[in-house]
Amino acid sequence: MSIIDSTTRTAQIDGLHDPLSVLSPEGTRHSNDVLDPYLADVGDQELSDLYVDMTIVRRFDQEAFAMTRQGELALWPPLLGQEAAQVGAVRALRDSDWVFGSYREHTAPLLRGADLAQWMRVWKTQTYAGWQPHELHVAPSQIIIGSQALHATGYAMAAKMRGNDDVAMACFGDGATSQGDVNEALVFSSTYSAPTIFLCQNNGYAISEPVEVQAKYPLAQRAAGFNIPALRVDGNDILAMLAATRVATERARAGDGPTFIEAITYRMGPHTTTDDPKRYRREREVEDWKERDPLLRVERYLESRGSSVEGLREEAKVQSDRVAKDMRAGARAAQASPSDAMFEHVYASGSDRVTQQRKQHAALLGSLKGGAAA
Amino acid sequence: MTEMQFGKAINLALADALDADDNVVLMGEDIGQLGGVFRVTDGLQDRFGEDRVMDSPLAESGIVGTAVGMTFAGMRPVVEIQFDGFIYPAFDQIVTQVAKLHYRTQGTHRVPMTIRVPYGGHIGSVEHHSESPEAYFAHTAGLKVVTASSPQEAYSTLRAAIESDDPVLFFEPKAKYWSKGEVDTSIQRDLHSAVVLQEGRDVTLATYGPTIELAMKAAVAASDEGIEIEVIDLRSISPLDVPTVAKSVEKTGRLVVAHESQLECGIGAELVSSIVETSFGYLEAAPERVGGYDLPYPPAQWEGQFLPSLDRVLDAVDRTLGRRNSRDASAGTKQGGAAA
Repeated sequence: MSIIDSTTRTAQIDGLHDPLSVLSPEGTRHSNDVLDPYLADVGDQELSDLYVDMTIVRRFDQEAFAMTRQGELALWPPLLGQEAAQVGAVRALRDSDWVFGSYREHTAPLLRGADLAQWMRVWKTQTYAGWQPHELHVAPSQIIIGSQALHATGYAMAAKMRGNDDVAMACFGDGATSQGDVNEALVFSSTYSAPTIFLCQNNGYAISEPVEVQAKYPLAQRAAGFNIPALRVDGNDILAMLAATRVATERARAGDGPTFIEAITYRMGPHTTTDDPKRYRREREVEDWKERDPLLRVERYLESRGSSVEGLREEAKVQSDRVAKDMRAGARAAQASPSDAMFEHVYASGSDRVTQQRKQHAALLGSLKGGAAA
Repeated sequence: MTEMQFGKAINLALADALDADDNVVLMGEDIGQLGGVFRVTDGLQDRFGEDRVMDSPLAESGIVGTAVGMTFAGMRPVVEIQFDGFIYPAFDQIVTQVAKLHYRTQGTHRVPMTIRVPYGGHIGSVEHHSESPEAYFAHTAGLKVVTASSPQEAYSTLRAAIESDDPVLFFEPKAKYWSKGEVDTSIQRDLHSAVVLQEGRDVTLATYGPTIELAMKAAVAASDEGIEIEVIDLRSISPLDVPTVAKSVEKTGRLVVAHESQLECGIGAELVSSIVETSFGYLEAAPERVGGYDLPYPPAQWEGQFLPSLDRVLDAVDRTLGRRNSRDASAGTKQGGAAA
């Protein structure tokens, strides 16, 4: 039991070092009083579906990573290792719930059906708009660290004012917990009992800085200062993540306010394709985390149940291949737009100044030798 | 048509906006039971409830950032930053999120947010309570920046700001909160036009917000010496209504721009540059700027000297007319060429 609350904080701190889990790295299912009530409807089939989701997410991520290495995309922040943390959380939500994520949160838009060709244009530096936020209920991804926690809180406040029971989930990393915006979001969510879920994926590093630079104590403990209940969860345990997020959504929908989830996970890859993690962490550490892989433990568990993991793997591969193929084809087909398009959408109501500059830019291009259009 | 104070006109605009659209919500520090530190939101919480007129935690980034989130739920938040000098903690959310979300989403998400900011000096206050930070925001694409010079302008421009589908910073000249004027709530105003308040043939004097009253006094004083000043209320700081100013300058051949904020990279610099581009051939003298000196806002005992004054505005008018002025007087010193 590691729900932290301000009244029992001291007693809980020891428990914080053992994150909540129900599925061990070895694939053993064990009981947990906090999480099990939220897993009653999750049998082998449901777990297999989650496995397929994670496989698709992993394949998508690895394909994009490879395409960046091959020069087809400009940059990629890989989520490798964080599949359970993201899939478990997103699958605990309804489609009407909103997700406000950072740049490594590829799972929500992927599982909610973002158009891959359009999305990959972002990573080809052709647009900032990866998807239509109001179609997917996924806000634009944020590069400024922690800003989206306030946006999620504001959305949650609005949902509460409107009297519906939708929730907003803010996804951020361990580094973001040091940001003022995240702390202000915790204040506002606490004060207004907003139906916000704070999903902190503690993947060990903020680029090169180990989490100890952000806090010398469990990050989940930060929530107690805001009187927000916290769950510290094995982020590589898909069932624990699903259940913990269900705890949070249940509280939010019931009007009990925000919940903080610290998902203990690990960024297996670099920060982005331009990073070199060998400069700041040991290979041994990465090797250790391979044993805690979120997909491997599901395979081991299902195998121990006598299920055909080979069949499941094959099914997951077929679906993943399709996603990867679509993505590669879409990304390849995405053409750069003429520079004229950069002048669009500065203001909803337009701007004489921008229009004037756009015309002048076009005239300049037109006057150049050969009338180059870009 | 009713006579009311400037602050009351803003209060009425907020009330009418809350009445007209259920998506309008107000949020800020002390705006509820206290009615704001200037009493501008007096009575609104009692009338519209705590859900629509919210006292917020003391966190400016939090106020603006949560308001951004509310726009994803279709709301039209009107937030108050208590004082000009308190806006900087929210600068990131305003510049990075509020200004850019429409662009970043290719127009699929709009941010119809109004950020009200009491600004400007002449209230004899302590540090950070008298600043004019409008140029920081005018520099940022995606924001509209407006102000008002009379109760009528305050009412009509704020209604337009709240109805705008683009984010608007509405700068309220706090020294004017208690000034009175007629307000006709049926008058509609846009967010981009300047107006000629007084016609004149000799010099164009363009300014806005708290400095309009000074400009009108300058016009009266100059007329005593036979000089006609054409006074333009810019109203909108971004976008600037360059065509209206250009038309005037092409008649007068002379331009003075005045504002409380500092000169360097300021609104005056932008307007003068624009007029040089559009109307160079019509200029009979170098355009002049009058603003706060390029200092941190000084202790209030000196604010009368720091901010544009009648003497400094008339001195700038004299410079454009080639009359005896402070710059010529200072040119003989070692420092030389000090700007006024």
